[in-house]
Amino acid sequence: MRYIRPQSMEDAVGLLAGAAGPAAILAGGSDLLVRMKGGFVEPELIVDIKAIAGLSDITETADGFRIGAAVPCAVLGENAALKKAWPGVVEAAKLIGSKQVQGRCTIVGNLCNASPAADSVPALVAAGAKAVVAGPGGKRTIAVESVPTGPGKTSLAKGEIIEAILLDKRPPHAGDAYQRFIPRTEMDIAVVSAGVNLTVGDNGVVKAARVAVGAAAPTVLLVEEAAQVLIGSKLDEATLERLAKICSGACRPIDDKRGTIEFRRKVAGVLAKRVAAIAYERAGGK
Amino acid sequence: MNFDPRYSGRSFTSVGTRPIRPDGVDKVTGRARYGADFNMAGQLVGRILRSPHAHAIIRKIDTSKAEKLAGVKAVITAKDLPDLTDGDAAMYDILDNSMARTKALYDGHAVAAVAAIDARTARQALKLIEVDYEVLPHVTDVDEAMKHSAPLINDAIFTEGLEEKPVKPSNVTKRTQYGHGDVHQGFGEADFVVERSFKTEQTHQGYIEPHACVASVNPDGTADLWVCTQGHFVYRQHCAQLLGLEASKLRVTSSEIGGGFGGKTHVWAEPVALALSRKAGRPVKLVMTRDEVFRASGPTSATSIDVKIGAKKDGTITAAEATLRYSCGPYAGMWAEIGAMTAFACYKLENVKTVGYEVLVNRPKTAAYRAPSAPMAAFAVESAVDELAKEIGIDPVDFRIKNAAQEGTRASYGPVYGPIGIGPTLEAVKNHPHMKAPLGTNQGRGMACGFWFNFGGQTCTDLNIGMDGSVSLAVGTVDVGGSRASLSLVAAEELGIDYAHVKAIVADTSSLGYNDMTDGSRGTFSSSMATISAARNAIKILRERAAQMWDISVDDVAWEKGHAVAKGEKHGNLGKLSLKEIAAESGKTGGPIAGHSELVADGAGVSFATHICDIEVDPETGSTRVLRYTVVQDAGKAVHPTYVEGQYQGGAAQGIGWALNEEYIYGKDGRLQNPGFLDYRIPVCSDLPMIDTQILEIPNPNHPYGVRGVGETSIVPPLAAIANAVSNAVGVRMSHIPMSPPRILAALEAERERFSR
Repeated sequence: MRYIRPQSMEDAVGLLAGAAGPAAILAGGSDLLVRMKGGFVEPELIVDIKAIAGLSDITETADGFRIGAAVPCAVLGENAALKKAWPGVVEAAKLIGSKQVQGRCTIVGNLCNASPAADSVPALVAAGAKAVVAGPGGKRTIAVESVPTGPGKTSLAKGEIIEAILLDKRPPHAGDAYQRFIPRTEMDIAVVSAGVNLTVGDNGVVKAARVAVGAAAPTVLLVEEAAQVLIGSKLDEATLERLAKICSGACRPIDDKRGTIEFRRKVAGVLAKRVAAIAYERAGGK
Repeated sequence: MNFDPRYSGRSFTSVGTRPIRPDGVDKVTGRARYGADFNMAGQLVGRILRSPHAHAIIRKIDTSKAEKLAGVKAVITAKDLPDLTDGDAAMYDILDNSMARTKALYDGHAVAAVAAIDARTARQALKLIEVDYEVLPHVTDVDEAMKHSAPLINDAIFTEGLEEKPVKPSNVTKRTQYGHGDVHQGFGEADFVVERSFKTEQTHQGYIEPHACVASVNPDGTADLWVCTQGHFVYRQHCAQLLGLEASKLRVTSSEIGGGFGGKTHVWAEPVALALSRKAGRPVKLVMTRDEVFRASGPTSATSIDVKIGAKKDGTITAAEATLRYSCGPYAGMWAEIGAMTAFACYKLENVKTVGYEVLVNRPKTAAYRAPSAPMAAFAVESAVDELAKEIGIDPVDFRIKNAAQEGTRASYGPVYGPIGIGPTLEAVKNHPHMKAPLGTNQGRGMACGFWFNFGGQTCTDLNIGMDGSVSLAVGTVDVGGSRASLSLVAAEELGIDYAHVKAIVADTSSLGYNDMTDGSRGTFSSSMATISAARNAIKILRERAAQMWDISVDDVAWEKGHAVAKGEKHGNLGKLSLKEIAAESGKTGGPIAGHSELVADGAGVSFATHICDIEVDPETGSTRVLRYTVVQDAGKAVHPTYVEGQYQGGAAQGIGWALNEEYIYGKDGRLQNPGFLDYRIPVCSDLPMIDTQILEIPNPNHPYGVRGVGETSIVPPLAAIANAVSNAVGVRMSHIPMSPPRILAALEAERERFSR
């Protein structure tokens, strides 16, 4: 096994593109090392991207925020501007693993691990986040929801690395929120989850919305129909009930060790209602 | 030895105080040596190949490729552990469980093992071992396994305990029955009858430290084993028998223990490590992974229990009946029998009958788990008792007080009780402020009682007095919960010296006589009895030495508060001689001063507890939160109250995990789906409130200080206490443990459906 810590993105891309055997990218390692220890993967090449300039930075730009691929989730929680603009994204990232894991794990790693139950992904999808992909053919920017294609699978080609996540600058009266269901209070994996991001007009009516549901299908679901229900409403009881029904209906869950189909359907709706109400309050709606 | 174990009613100086434990600093600084912390020069890494099938005939194992791999020093199969059990069926099961002989009986059953120069080579070697399996139909559910159509796990098993000898083999190894009176007549006298069926899923003890050992078999036929265990003498017996060694040639040293809870009471990997070492000619270290711990060690039984209880309008129980089916894994056990014995032990009953069925399934061999079998039986019985109280319209605490067993009550499992604590714990609960605290919306309070036998057993202890007057105490019961501190307090108490001058250790198997393992809540009960006896034997010698120093008759020397005192007027001018002064002269008065004790600690007093639990249920998700929890339990005498409280809290915490989320989940393929702490959900710290405790002290008449075992009873009531709390919070009676959010939500939805129709 070779471990290489390149100084530039070009070198990192070149190493991965030229790898003959199985290769892995190491940022926080909170998924990779566990999988290696369990004997599930045996990479011949590990490319540690933490030494590449800019990858460990959160930058506030004219367009919003750029979060480097090697920024640990704990650092997201320490960035006051990011927390103020995207509280839902930050609270989702801060749910991954334990306190110790928080110091290592990254949202890009969470995205590329491609678990349907990933905590930060529904929040990122609801936020309309973009991923900047560097590869042998240059750079491209894609919607985060197009990265995972199924459990453990991504749309990234050989040699491609996500170098950053982009979040838009917030208009006034915008808010987002994320919640997951776990049987314990922490150190667990989402049985089902929901993220909502919305913008409210001066009159308290929702102008724009995105709703995402996690751990309810092979990939995180962006539920357009649910967003349509919220737009034009003031989140009255009837709207919330319809939101819950649509989110429950959109689920394509499985029965497994973490929950049943019925449970995931039902609770997806309950969580959507709850997070929509929180996002609305954060956006200044009442 | 004429040791009098009877309770003397004495007052205490050291016993009942709370000094720092002798193993405390090492544990909080990471210096303590657990099983995997021991290493030897030249040691190899042992790894075990395990069956991926729940039930399969092993046609052939080809180890030739693994043997040829560079760095591999030994590969073994069952052939390297020949059957030396000589008709001992229980030992044969332990042997077969250590390494499958003809059939793999569960997912995770060991089939081969390697010893190699490093972990990577050992892992590679396992991949090179070719096992030819003939996969057989399997059964993992306890009720399914009892059906006539179920796959037979062992066709040599014919159910014992039936009136007619069965002609066909069965997965039911044994039927047992307990009780007295006539339940048919009793139910006829009842005004109210509650009848319900319950299920509990299989749980693991969840010890944080995996099984770990280093085995070294020497060319001269002697051997050493360093191991994490609850009973190194028992491990020695097992390993010596399975390996064909004389017990005295195998020296077993126990490490610190990162939890056992019954799961480290019999051998799994240790005979394999010894066999590997014997074949390789080098020491072998074998540490189970967490996956192996879940798949192949532990767990407790899964159960299916029917309960029927009848009572009169005035709250008198007229009859109680239960049928208990407990899974044993693939080997015979007596788990249902223990359930049948404990089920109604809290109550004074005219008519009671319990029947137990031991059931084989394709799951790992059931091992003891803290008051084994009692929590499931208590869950079923205490749930039904609560429901019956509701039907009658009587307060559930008053209902239990009215029917509680007392001194002189004939227990449902046979014996007549001496002084016991069930009534006092119930009275304490009735008067506890917790019972009167207000509750909010979707919150409920439940309570339940629990019983455990406790055990005494064979015990051997050495007490040596150094020339500086300090005392070293060597005990043979592994310290699982602070017993070295408690036993040091007992030695200090008896000798009349300060706790700081006593140092207790757990001695290896070559340094002491045989000790039963630390199980049955016996550690402090039995070893304190032996320590008292050893100290009294030392005092006898101290008196003799003082008599020699004074040149008077030993009959005129008494021992008071750590000093020899000359009795009688003629010795009025003699001062006192301290233990230290006598020890300093010991080289001139006859040599070292020591007290030895070997005894069978009979009369372990039975133990009772009553728990109170407040819970909040989220009616939209079925999620639960334990808000407040109180344990009231009889300790006889709390030698070190902090560690008694620790036992109460620990048992409650494990019971809460069992009640709410812990369970073995098997797929249709018979493979365990959740062999890790991510999906086998023991509680994390933030899941639990601070667990309040109240120690009651109803002296055990069969112990000089009145001590009873305290370690196990605390896990008995929580399943029922929580189920009763959920019922009171949201009106659904949960009959399936764990009460996970999907199960509670499904029950709530069914209830809503029923009401909306």
